Amino acid sequence: MGLFSRRKTVYVDSDVLVIGGGMAGCGATYEARYWGRDLNIVCVEKANIERSGAVAQGLYAINCYMGMQWDENQPEDHVRYARNDLMGLVREDLGYDIARHVDSSVHKFEEWGLPIMRDPETGRYMREGKWQIMIHGESYKPIVAEAARKAASKVYNRIMVTHLLMDKTKANRVAGAVGFNVRTGDFYVFRAPAVIVAAGGASHIYKPRAVGEGMGRTWYAPWSSASAYALPILAGAKMTQMENRIVLTRFKDGYGPVGAYFLHLKTYTENAYGDEYESNWYENTKELVGDYIDRHPVPTCLRNHAILEEVKAGRGPIRMVTKEAFQDPHKETIGWENFLGMTIGQAVVWASQNVDPKHTNPELTTSEPYVMGSHATCSGAWASGPEDYAPSEYQWGYNRMMTVDGLFGAGDTIGGTAHKFSSGSFAEGRIAAKAAVNYVKDLGKERPQVSEAEYQNLKQVVFQPMENYEVGRNEIVAGTVSPSYLLPISGLQRLEKIMDEYVGGISAHYMTNEPLLTRGLELLGMLKEDLNKLGAEDLHQLQRAWELQHRVLASESVAHHTMFRKETRWPGYYYRGDHMKLDDKDWHCFTLSQYDRESGEWAMEKAPVYHIVD
Amino acid sequence: MPTFVYMTRCDGCGHCVDICPSDIMHIDKTTRRAYNIEPNMCWECYSCVKACPQNAIDARGYADFAPLGHSVRVLREPEKGTISWKVKFRNGHEKNFESPIRTTKWGTIPSPAELPPPSEADFKNQELAHEPDALNIDGLPALSPDRLKLGVV
Repeated sequence: MGLFSRRKTVYVDSDVLVIGGGMAGCGATYEARYWGRDLNIVCVEKANIERSGAVAQGLYAINCYMGMQWDENQPEDHVRYARNDLMGLVREDLGYDIARHVDSSVHKFEEWGLPIMRDPETGRYMREGKWQIMIHGESYKPIVAEAARKAASKVYNRIMVTHLLMDKTKANRVAGAVGFNVRTGDFYVFRAPAVIVAAGGASHIYKPRAVGEGMGRTWYAPWSSASAYALPILAGAKMTQMENRIVLTRFKDGYGPVGAYFLHLKTYTENAYGDEYESNWYENTKELVGDYIDRHPVPTCLRNHAILEEVKAGRGPIRMVTKEAFQDPHKETIGWENFLGMTIGQAVVWASQNVDPKHTNPELTTSEPYVMGSHATCSGAWASGPEDYAPSEYQWGYNRMMTVDGLFGAGDTIGGTAHKFSSGSFAEGRIAAKAAVNYVKDLGKERPQVSEAEYQNLKQVVFQPMENYEVGRNEIVAGTVSPSYLLPISGLQRLEKIMDEYVGGISAHYMTNEPLLTRGLELLGMLKEDLNKLGAEDLHQLQRAWELQHRVLASESVAHHTMFRKETRWPGYYYRGDHMKLDDKDWHCFTLSQYDRESGEWAMEKAPVYHIVD
Repeated sequence: MPTFVYMTRCDGCGHCVDICPSDIMHIDKTTRRAYNIEPNMCWECYSCVKACPQNAIDARGYADFAPLGHSVRVLREPEKGTISWKVKFRNGHEKNFESPIRTTKWGTIPSPAELPPPSEADFKNQELAHEPDALNIDGLPALSPDRLKLGVV
């Protein structure tokens, strides 16, 4: 083991292990305690659950709330909405399940102290749009974290989980996880019969628009490092819809959200010359996707498509017309508080550039692509559906269990369930936790066993980047260039360049094709080999090294899925230049992949899509 | 807008190190004060700014696209339950905002273990903790299996 053989190993035994303490992980931890009164419930988080995950900064809206108590929406309505937005392909069984449980979750948030705005006339929650309610959510995450801390046997902060552990007594069954403490450098072995992966989706797999200091101002949090996907992928779990990346239309540079502006403030977009432009591209879009363009609301990707085409035609930038709405002081306050509550950086961009939306219509842009499972997209693990109605192809065990026994997921981790957002991720964590407790109860005294050989080997692997650095650093005088090791930032920039140029990023106008993907996969293969030579100067860089490992594996999955689906299902998110049209005859299906960690091969297959018919 | 730390205000307490979601606020070994070790991995989430007891941390817009001369300052008062913002433009204009952050006292959320324990039958149905009561409707909605069908819709 070389230089690090004396590194301490800490063993943590639990009944339910929750990986990631964001919205989904806090929901899972809370619910696991309700059902598992005498169980040992452990939550492990690479940062501090008080401010971790995508909601660390706060939110100004809860984007998934039915309002069943006022008969505003029913779960079926939300399923149809998400299906329409994702061009027909969502796991409707899972989406319905989240929708029916989300209201009770939101009601608890309010009871716990989250300020939810109310309409003074009706007394109901203030609606931003059909599905969104408005909150003063600066402390949304600290409030939810408090509930999780009360419920957990123990929360382990600052531990980055790198790998899952498999059972040595039964194939395809999880037995725990390993990771390291980012502060002490101790190696952690978590042993648990049930593991819930509630980690983050993937920012920084595509080259961002700002590549200097501003590379951190990605739309999704820079700490969302694809652990949601890499952990299950390495354990052999099947993944779905990994090609379904999302591109966001947002205010330029700060990526400030547009939801409240469109829905509540009633602002609208125009091209550089003050003209409406979406109708210019109606026929063009219809050629590509048929009558999906006639649906209401118009799917998000198709609205992106119109922006991209208008800009390519030389009539950019697209602007948000704010000057009218912002004359109303109440609306102006909402517009600003919207950013200060969840994307402070946009307020800074406008302050720095003297953009006052009362006098200037601000520019919009389309972001680099992101892969995640909780926003208006649905990449993630293929999970078993609810017991009471899911079709047999979607049901092989416990709700939200992946295709690996004992391995559950929620939030960004679970595929096929778009539009769950913060509240739906919390609700899905609760669903997964109840199922996980049932799984543990049914196991009884029979417990999976971790293999000492496996975790000792992983200990070597996990700390290898520090050894690489220690040895290689002696070869050179100073600086960042070494013939023996690669710094995590260098590997990250290579990944982002490959994905950008070959797998449909911004500089390719989101375009790719089979030859590009083939070459991209070759280059990703070489990058994967080079990751064995990552060099980490300290524990912080070791965290960056493992975040990069997770991002690269998720990216490889994205490239394989993109190659497999021979159509352009979501123009505006990405284009297959060799298959430019939506093809419902051959591709009205989910794409599934399974990774073999021994051979490094990916097996692809199709899975059927079931719809609510009435 | 990456964060930076004023030398004369920071006392090295480490609250920012403890809270930063990106693990980029570290203590400088020579000065024993905090600094941002990796500005290009800063999301400008302001978690450290809000947590600093000395108001020693501020942010300066990302050099890629933010001209100098602006500031967005914040004061979070957990006990009072409010957050206040001062936005200063490059041209000197100012805007001020204040919002509530919490309606209950910190630390008052009960553990779910304090609720009456679920019955054996509860484990087998689809209801979660607090349901159906917290739904504020009669019962948990459900689909029947025959409502899910293959095909294009």
